[in-house]
Amino acid sequence: MEKEKEFYARIEAKGVSRRDFMKFCTFLTATMGLSAAYVSKVAQVFAAPSQRPPVIWLHFAECTGCSEATLRAMFPWIDELLLEVLSMEYHETIMAAAGRQAEEQLHAAVEKYKGKFICVCEGAVATKYDGGYGKIGGRTFLEIAKEVCPQAAAVVCIGQCSAFGGIQAAAPNLGGWKGVGEVLGIKTINIAGCPPNPINFVGTIVNYLLFGKLPAVDDLGRPLFAYGKTVHDQCPRRSHFENEEFVEEFGSPEAAMGYCLYKVGCRGPETYNNCPIAKFNDGTSWPVEAGHPCLGCSEPQFWDKMTPFYEPL
Amino acid sequence: MGKRITIDPITRIEGHLRIEVEVEGGKVVNAWSSGTLFRGIEVILQGRDPRDAHHFVQRSCGVCTYVHALASVRAVDDAVGIKMPVNARLIRNLLHGAQYQHDHIVHFYHLHALDWVDIVSALKADPAKTAALADNTSNAPWGGRQYFKNVQVRLQTFVDSGQLGPFANAYWGHSAYKLPPEANLMAAAHYIEALRIQAKAARLHAIFGGKNPHPQSLVVGGVTSVADLVPDRIAEFLYITKETHDFVKNVYIPDLLAVASFYKEWGGIGGCTNFLTYGDFPASEQEPESFYMPRGVIRKRDLANIEMADQQKVTEDVTRAWYLKSAPKHPFEGETRPIPENPKFSPEKGKYSWAKAPRYDGLPCEVGPLARVLVAYGKGHADIKPLVDGALKQLDIPASALFSTLGRTAARGLETVAIGEVMQGWVTELVENLKSGDTKTYQPYEMPQTAQGVGLNDVPRGALGHWIRIENGKIGNYQYVVPSTWNLGPRDGGGNLSPVEEALIGTPVADPQKPLEVLRTVHSFDPCLACAIHVIDPHSNEVYKIRVV
Repeated sequence: MEKEKEFYARIEAKGVSRRDFMKFCTFLTATMGLSAAYVSKVAQVFAAPSQRPPVIWLHFAECTGCSEATLRAMFPWIDELLLEVLSMEYHETIMAAAGRQAEEQLHAAVEKYKGKFICVCEGAVATKYDGGYGKIGGRTFLEIAKEVCPQAAAVVCIGQCSAFGGIQAAAPNLGGWKGVGEVLGIKTINIAGCPPNPINFVGTIVNYLLFGKLPAVDDLGRPLFAYGKTVHDQCPRRSHFENEEFVEEFGSPEAAMGYCLYKVGCRGPETYNNCPIAKFNDGTSWPVEAGHPCLGCSEPQFWDKMTPFYEPL
Repeated sequence: MGKRITIDPITRIEGHLRIEVEVEGGKVVNAWSSGTLFRGIEVILQGRDPRDAHHFVQRSCGVCTYVHALASVRAVDDAVGIKMPVNARLIRNLLHGAQYQHDHIVHFYHLHALDWVDIVSALKADPAKTAALADNTSNAPWGGRQYFKNVQVRLQTFVDSGQLGPFANAYWGHSAYKLPPEANLMAAAHYIEALRIQAKAARLHAIFGGKNPHPQSLVVGGVTSVADLVPDRIAEFLYITKETHDFVKNVYIPDLLAVASFYKEWGGIGGCTNFLTYGDFPASEQEPESFYMPRGVIRKRDLANIEMADQQKVTEDVTRAWYLKSAPKHPFEGETRPIPENPKFSPEKGKYSWAKAPRYDGLPCEVGPLARVLVAYGKGHADIKPLVDGALKQLDIPASALFSTLGRTAARGLETVAIGEVMQGWVTELVENLKSGDTKTYQPYEMPQTAQGVGLNDVPRGALGHWIRIENGKIGNYQYVVPSTWNLGPRDGGGNLSPVEEALIGTPVADPQKPLEVLRTVHSFDPCLACAIHVIDPHSNEVYKIRVV
C-alpha cells in the first residue's frame, strides 16, 4: 500500500494524474478482455512489483521496428517500463554495454534467471548454410536461439518476423528464414503485426505479472484478447461495406468520404487484430483511418499471401 | 602488429555490426567494419507489383522508418511520370521532417549519449549545483533542486534494486568520461525526458500516416490520408511538431553544446575526406533547385568548390563483401549474388562483410548530417550557416573542427533545429493551399509495361537512392544504396577504406579491454545496419535456382 502511495505521488509529480493512470489501466484491462473488477489489480502490477521480472530481448533478422514500437508505449511510459516495471537485462538497441561486456551480460542474465526470465524475440532465424546469414559475436542466430530460449520461463515473439519468419522469409527466402517457434519446435506467444501495437505486448506482459501465466491464444499462438476478431468486424467503415459504398480510386470523393477500402485491396476481412479499437500511438490513428487499406500484417506469410496489396481479395 | 580488438555486437544501433580495430601505442592504426546479417529484400522484390515495393522496403528499417517507403514511391512516381499534387508533396515533406525530429533526438539521447555521459557518476552529483548548471545552460521546462533530486533518487532506487537492466556491465568510471557529476545528472534526467518526447513525436507520423513505426499512407501517385486534412488534425500536427521543436531548441542543443565543451579534442578525431548528399525537401517541382537541404559533393574537404551530385556516378563494389565476384556497377546494371555458404570473416585480404562498398566516382564518401550541413554551410545556406557559426563560436573551435566525430554529432543537432523551423512553414502552406480550394492528394496513373525510375532522398542517416526497372508491368530489377552502406561498408577492390574505417584511424584507446572511444566514433555515424545489407538483382535468376533455392 505504501509503495502504491509512493507510486501515485511519483506519477503525479510527473504531471500524470491518478485519474489518467486509472484511465489507462481501464483501457488496458478492457483490451485484455478482463472484467472491470481487474482494473485495480492491473494498476497494482505497475505500482508495486516485488521484484521486477527479468526480460532478455534477443534481436535476430529484423528491422528493430518492434523495439521502436515498444519505445512508443505511453501508459506506462517507456521509462517506467524500463526503470520500474521490468528488468531489461539484455536489449541491444538500448543497453549501454557493447561487445564482450554485452555478451557477458547475456550469459550472466541467463545464468542468474534460469527458468525465470521472459525471453522476447524480435526477428527471424536463418536455417540454411548452418544459419550463416545472421550472426552476433561470431555465433549464428540459430545457436543463440537454441541456447537461450529453452532456458526461459516463456518465449514471447514480438512481430511478424520472430512469430512467422517475416519479410526475409518471403519468396525466395534465401537464408531459410523461419519464426522462432518453428525453428526450435516450441510453443511461443506470438504478438503478431508489422510492427504490433505495443499495447498488445504490454497487455501480454501484464497478464503474466497478474496471473503468473500467459494469456489464452489462438492456434497461431496469438493472444485472443488482441487477435480474436477480424479487423473487418471491428472496422468503423463496416457499414459502408454493407451498403456497398466503396473507394475505387485513391484521392476520389469516395476516399474523402471515408468509404470502405475493400476494392482497393483491404485485407481487413482476413486479418485478425485489434487495430480499429486500440489504434496506434496513444490512439492517434490506424492505417484505414489514414485512408490506406489494411495489409494483413498480423497474418502468417502475409508478404506472399496478401500480395499484390492493391488488388481486391 | 598492434593489439586486435573486436567489438561485436556493437550495441545502441539498429542491426548487427562488428567492428574490429588494431591498436598500437594507444591509438587505432587499422579498422574493419562488418555487417553480419543478410536478408535479401531486393531479391524478394523481383517479379512483384511495383506499387507494393514501398511496403517491402520500408521494412528495411524500423528506426529509419518511412524513409525507404518515400524513396521507393519516388522511384515509381519517376518511372510512371507523376506530377505530384501540392498537398501530397507537403504531407510527404512533413512526414519526412517528423522523422528527422524523432530520429535525431533518439540518436543523441538513447543511442549516443552514454558514450559521453557516465550515469553512475550522476549518483554523486549535488542536486542544487545541478539545478544551477541546468539554469545556466538550458531552457528546459524542468529543473530545480527537487526535480534533480527526484531523478537521482529514482536512479539510486534502480541501482539499489541490484537489477541494473540496460545499464549493466558498461564502461562506467572509464578515464575517458570527462563530465562532472552534475553534468552527468542533468544529461541523465534529459535522457529520461527524451524517452517521453520521442513517444509523443512519433504521433506526428500517426496523424498523417496512421501509425509509427511504418506509417501507411504513401502510395505511388500521392498520399491516402485525405480525411486527415481537417483543421483539428492539422492543428494537432502543428502543436506536436512545435513541442518537439521546443525540446530540440531548449534542451537538445544546449545539452549537445554543454557536453561538447568537455570533449573539444573530439573536434580533431574521427574525420573523413569526401562527402555526398542528394539533398531533400522540395519546395516545388524544381528538383534539386528547390530543395531546402541542397544537393552536393565535397572532395578532399574543399568547401569552396562544391560540385553538383550526379547519381550516375554511383557504383557498388563487392570485392571485400560476401557476394560472388563482379565488377563495380551502377545500381541499374547490378548483378551481384550472395555467396551460397556460411561466410567466413577474413578481414586481412578476403571478404568480411555483408555490406557492399558504394563509391561516388570511385571515392568513398561520408553521408549523413555532417555531409548535408557541410554542403549547406559551404553554399552559405541562410539558416544552416548562422547555426553552425553560432555553435563554433560558443565552443570556440575553428570550422576545420567540423571534420570530426564532434562535428558529426553537432551537425545532427543543428540540422534538426533548421528542419523543425521550416516544417512549421510547410504546415501554413498546406493550410493556405487547402483554403484556396486545392484538395488534390493523388494523381491517377496507368502502370507502364516498361519503364525505369530513380528515387533519391536524403534521410536522417544520409544519402539514399532507390532504382527500379519495370518490365511487363512488374518489378524487373530493384536496388537501393543506403546511408549505412556508404558509411559502414568494407574496403573496395582498390583497398580504399570506408568512411567509418577511415574515421577510426587515429582514435585514442586508453584501455583496450574497454574501447569506449571506438564506440564514440562508430555511434557518431548513427549506424543502421538492417538497411545497409541487401543484394542487387541478379539478371539471371538461374544462378539462384541452381545455387540457392
